[in-house]
Amino acid sequence: MDQSLSKIIFGRLSWESIPLHEPILLGTFIVVALGGIAVLAAVTKFKLWGYLWREWLTSVDHKKIGIMYLILGIIMLVRGFADAVMMRAQQAIAFGANQGYLPPHHYDQVFTAHGTIMIFFVAIPLVVGLVNLVMPLQIGARDVAFPFLNSLSLWLTVAGAVLVMISLFIGEFSTAGWLNYVPVANLQNSPGTGPDYYLWALQIAGVGTTLSAINMVTTIIKMRAPGMTMMKMPVFTWTALCSNVLAVAIFPALTGAFALLMLDRYVGTNFFTNDLGGNPMMYWNLVWIWGHPEVYVLVLPAFGIYSEITSTFTGKRLFGYSSMVYATVVITILSYIVWLHHFFTMGSGASVNSFFGIATMVISIPTGAKIFNWLFTMYRGSIRFELPMMWVVAFMLTFTVGGMTGVLLAVPPADFVLHNSLFLVAHFHNVIIGGVVFAMFAGMTYWFPKAFGFKLDEFWGKVAFWGWVIGYWVAWTPIYIVGLMGTTRRVSHFDDPTLQPWFVVAAIGALIIGVGIIGFVIQIAVSIKNRDKLRDTTGDPWDGRTLEWSTSSPPPFYNFAFTPVISDLDAWYDMKDRGYQKPTGGFRPIHMPHNTGAGVIISAIAMVMGFAMIWYIWWLAALSLVVLVAAIIIHTFNYNRDYYVPADEVAEIENARGRPAVTGA
Amino acid sequence: MIQRLHPRVRRFGTLILVAAAGLLSACQRAVLNPAGDVAKQQRDIIYISTGLMLLIIVPVMLLIVIFAWRYRKGQGGTYDPEFDHSTSLELIIWSAPLMIIIMLGALTWSSTHLLDPFRPLDRVTTDPAVAAEPRKEALHVQVVSMDWKWLFIYPDQGIATVNELVLPVNREVRFDITSTNMMNTFYAPTLAGMIYAMPGMQSQLHAVLNRPVDDEGFSANYSGRGFSDMRFALHGVDDGKFDQWIATAKGSGRALDLPTYLKLLQPSEKVPAMRFAGVDQDLYRRILERCIEPGKPCATEVMAHEPMEAGAMPAGRESMPTSKPEGALMKSPEEKGTQPNRNRFVAPGNEADKRPTH
Repeated sequence: MDQSLSKIIFGRLSWESIPLHEPILLGTFIVVALGGIAVLAAVTKFKLWGYLWREWLTSVDHKKIGIMYLILGIIMLVRGFADAVMMRAQQAIAFGANQGYLPPHHYDQVFTAHGTIMIFFVAIPLVVGLVNLVMPLQIGARDVAFPFLNSLSLWLTVAGAVLVMISLFIGEFSTAGWLNYVPVANLQNSPGTGPDYYLWALQIAGVGTTLSAINMVTTIIKMRAPGMTMMKMPVFTWTALCSNVLAVAIFPALTGAFALLMLDRYVGTNFFTNDLGGNPMMYWNLVWIWGHPEVYVLVLPAFGIYSEITSTFTGKRLFGYSSMVYATVVITILSYIVWLHHFFTMGSGASVNSFFGIATMVISIPTGAKIFNWLFTMYRGSIRFELPMMWVVAFMLTFTVGGMTGVLLAVPPADFVLHNSLFLVAHFHNVIIGGVVFAMFAGMTYWFPKAFGFKLDEFWGKVAFWGWVIGYWVAWTPIYIVGLMGTTRRVSHFDDPTLQPWFVVAAIGALIIGVGIIGFVIQIAVSIKNRDKLRDTTGDPWDGRTLEWSTSSPPPFYNFAFTPVISDLDAWYDMKDRGYQKPTGGFRPIHMPHNTGAGVIISAIAMVMGFAMIWYIWWLAALSLVVLVAAIIIHTFNYNRDYYVPADEVAEIENARGRPAVTGA
Repeated sequence: MIQRLHPRVRRFGTLILVAAAGLLSACQRAVLNPAGDVAKQQRDIIYISTGLMLLIIVPVMLLIVIFAWRYRKGQGGTYDPEFDHSTSLELIIWSAPLMIIIMLGALTWSSTHLLDPFRPLDRVTTDPAVAAEPRKEALHVQVVSMDWKWLFIYPDQGIATVNELVLPVNREVRFDITSTNMMNTFYAPTLAGMIYAMPGMQSQLHAVLNRPVDDEGFSANYSGRGFSDMRFALHGVDDGKFDQWIATAKGSGRALDLPTYLKLLQPSEKVPAMRFAGVDQDLYRRILERCIEPGKPCATEVMAHEPMEAGAMPAGRESMPTSKPEGALMKSPEEKGTQPNRNRFVAPGNEADKRPTH
């Protein structure tokens, strides 16, 4: 075919873009493809397409969307962890004459993909998933404020994740680090597809995350059950509110930064170039104005999860509820004025550095107050050490250390020697694994019976727990130490052989974490197999205190037959205390949203457009943009969005779940 | 004695010994045992801050363990489900961390100002014998981070080096730092903390070495393919040896003229140390102002012209010359190029020269 015609049709895509030369990548691709074909074949054989489409892909039920977010997060966790193991293996062997098994160009993509995936496609989906699943139940709502938007948010996030995964097999991913730093990501330094994959995947997923945040904020503000004043909201709902307010505030900054970089790369503007008035420093500021609060977007709901679990498993009200709320709000505000601590060493001057350093330290005061509050919730409690509570104690011990090293890094003179070192890398893994990841496992274990009606297997849960906790410490303690020796991050090869033992230990730690991940997957499988033995018929397996435990497990799609009326902070505990009986009659029609396929379809078109832009296939990009806009307009003319569940049907469903909600307090 | 302990305790003891040995070996390293006064003060800040924080961290961690153990269900600990508020406890909860942060904040404010890399040093040494001698004028070194090597220009001595930095001990050094393309940080742990090297911008570092060392420095900010090996040798020598070294460099016979520099500008990895006997006094300024290529206007000239019409571009130009590629949308189909996948796994143990080249 004519060279020029081929370029017009396929852009810069060619057979060379697919790593046919690399057996390992090709093998991975074949395994993934065969696995995918097997799944598709099974779905077809068991005639599940209709079921999947009706019950899941088009669902606007917040619980199902939450579960799908969690599944996405866990799948991407496996991918991100595979990257982590590759890095640990490379750093464990690449000393002196040995260059390791990953050339720098490949290694750079691995660490970039690892960070990008772990934050955007693991941590965010897991947090958003749990908020989606639990928060509406906690406030006594029947769904979120904008059910369609919720579905769209999920599928846009999935579209972003799929683009990142495609980069593994078609073309290359970015080498510019998890924030796609310029100047590395500038067009003249990275002319390839890498930064484009990054930008389009994250722009598409970012739209989803922003919409989801708007949705959650509206839901919490507008849809709380009667009687639930702000200061009677469960702590997890409070943290979800603050986290999503923060997300609404910061994601536009990231989207803006990415949009400017896209203009640089596609149109040839000079926002972040080295010449012609561009300034890379601007990009760093913009991404970190997003980046630091993002840490709190993730960790605040994690704090909420720990609060709920501590209160439930100590059999006590949370100590200092109002100070917990104020602490959360203070953290939310402060987190917006600390971003510069990510580049003290850029030479902002001593006064600016001191301001941002001290502002950072001040965050440790409300965070410290939270730790004390959990501590005094345990005090004079009756602690049941079931799996969720074990995660809480592991978190408290691990996170305290991470908090301390964080404050240390906030002291500018200390940061001048520790900036970009492996000490820093160990610090943020300490808070993200010890804070966010532990919370996600605690939360998934805690709310699993609510979502599915049976508990998770205890033994494999303990394997997962000890794998993660021991693995974390074995993997990251040596990284702290080599960081104090002045070792820098993102290095693919070392000269100094005396460092090697530390990296070997760290690699062993990563394998132990691998045991934790495998343990978790087995835990899910074993629990599904033994679901009848693990069945919970009460809807309240842990003797919970908040509203989600007042409905059956799994809850009916409308959550509550009657909207609960709240008079106390621990609403369900209070209801149990007053001898609440499940109503058996007097049901009324329930107003619910219709399912819609618009979310999946719009996201799929957005993904095609992203792919076409990445590969310079302009005709396809233009076409999909037109179709995208048309699909959105068509959806706005869909007036058939809601319906009433007849009272008879509600009565039938409720009686089929016929069990007394509680047998006396 | 240790044999009599329970095996589990012994194993735990071994673990602690290993960890302690690790920390000790960390202390032997440049970050925690530096040769420069600035780095030493920065290390002390790490120690003091950590100590201050441990004042609260250690009790909290102990309390977590004690409470978790003491109040586990069915073990006879007092159970008081109504205990959910205590004003006095809340006061302590908020004020104890506040106290620590006030102390740490004061330390931060003063140390950040005193150890600001842009600030000339107040002292060059803590050794009274050396301090009694008359203080020498600061040595001036211009640092340029390139893809992927370090260029050092000694303007007053009229020499330049690549990937080799030699400093006289007990004499203040002022580094002016910039970059040609990528953002790197200039970091020699034994000398002082790091500072970014950025294209079109200049940062500064004031530091001193207090004892002879043979160490190294590197970039601590990822800057692309050759970043891992972007290292330079750092030698601290006494005055006599420093003068000798300058003389050797001057005798090397090679000058860093424009063609040589442009050749050096090409990306390269694992570059061995080089010395240049002569260097253009204006070279550093032209790198900083991004006008090294003949005919390209310097940043200050552009700024001087900025309020005027585009027609008033320097030297009769209508638009700025640039080496920057066009945006993707402006490319003709032939210019789109291809994106082959260049990712490879290689057998470990091979030498660098077997790397795939692009």
